[in-house]
Amino acid sequence: MLDKIRSALKSLFSGFFKKKKQLKLGLYGPPNGGKTTLANKICKDWLGEEMGSVSNIPHETREIKIKEQILIKSGNKQLTFNLVDTPGIATRIDYEDFVKAGLDEEEAKTRAKEATKGVIDSIKWLDSVDAVVVVLDATKDPLNQVNITILGNLQAKKIPVLIVGNKIDLKRADIKKIENTFPQYKVVGISAKYGTSVEDFYTELFNLVKP
Amino acid sequence: MITIEFIPFSQMSGLSTEQKIKKILKSVKSDKIVLLQGKLKKDEETELIKLTMSMVNEKFHGIEPAIFSPEIKNTGNFLKFLKEKFINMLLSDRQGITLVGPANLIKEIKRDPEKMQLLLDLNVSRRKKK
Repeated sequence: MLDKIRSALKSLFSGFFKKKKQLKLGLYGPPNGGKTTLANKICKDWLGEEMGSVSNIPHETREIKIKEQILIKSGNKQLTFNLVDTPGIATRIDYEDFVKAGLDEEEAKTRAKEATKGVIDSIKWLDSVDAVVVVLDATKDPLNQVNITILGNLQAKKIPVLIVGNKIDLKRADIKKIENTFPQYKVVGISAKYGTSVEDFYTELFNLVKP
Repeated sequence: MITIEFIPFSQMSGLSTEQKIKKILKSVKSDKIVLLQGKLKKDEETELIKLTMSMVNEKFHGIEPAIFSPEIKNTGNFLKFLKEKFINMLLSDRQGITLVGPANLIKEIKRDPEKMQLLLDLNVSRRKKK
């Protein structure tokens, strides 16, 4: 009898603390998809401040950035999470591409070195996130190995995924193509830069983690 | 000249993840395109990216990988669908192909469910000859 009471109390308390554990929402994707732009939009909307710098030169985010305790609301529902902005995952990094983008050689070499470390850190963090928003540039072909590898790993780890097709403000954006390429996932088209359809994104975020 | 190195499944099946990836990267770093019978496991794909990134330097810029798995569609013939599913389950990682090439040689791999296009930078091998 005493054992049963002890076990019931244990499960009650472990359940209580489990609920207290903060949800970690990861932003993943290839470089220059707009992960940090989306992170900034979320932080600006709900915290009133931005999270990180953005640039047209790929691999601007080269280390994991975390913003804690973001509380978002939709109707009578609310959701609190820690936002994890990750460096873009790539299989190739050539410092000469950064030189072509306008950096001097030393800066470019440093950026390339930091970017490779960033990719490794992003992959390591796949084991620590509870839900993931994969941010894709909707103007680019979604059928590439980096996207397939990210989504395949998340599926294998049973981590809930929402795909965001970003940059719908650009003419070449094609959300249908992303939907057709990854039919098993919910896809939301947004422009993180201009805030277009971001409300739809928040609605899908609630569906993703079901608070 | 472009070298394509074919590695049969039997050569990889007994190796650990680390051994497999090192074997692939050794060939890729010598400017060979590796064509592997079968596909890498999901965690092996990420290990391949991680190890590649740890090797990137001014000369080696990384890899261009593509993993193809046969897609099984239910065309209405349920028995055929079931048979293909069963074969797929039996063959598991032996099904499909994995292609990995050096990033300085392969500019892009364009793919759709029907075909694959390998866009190469042939100037690399010419530059090497000089």
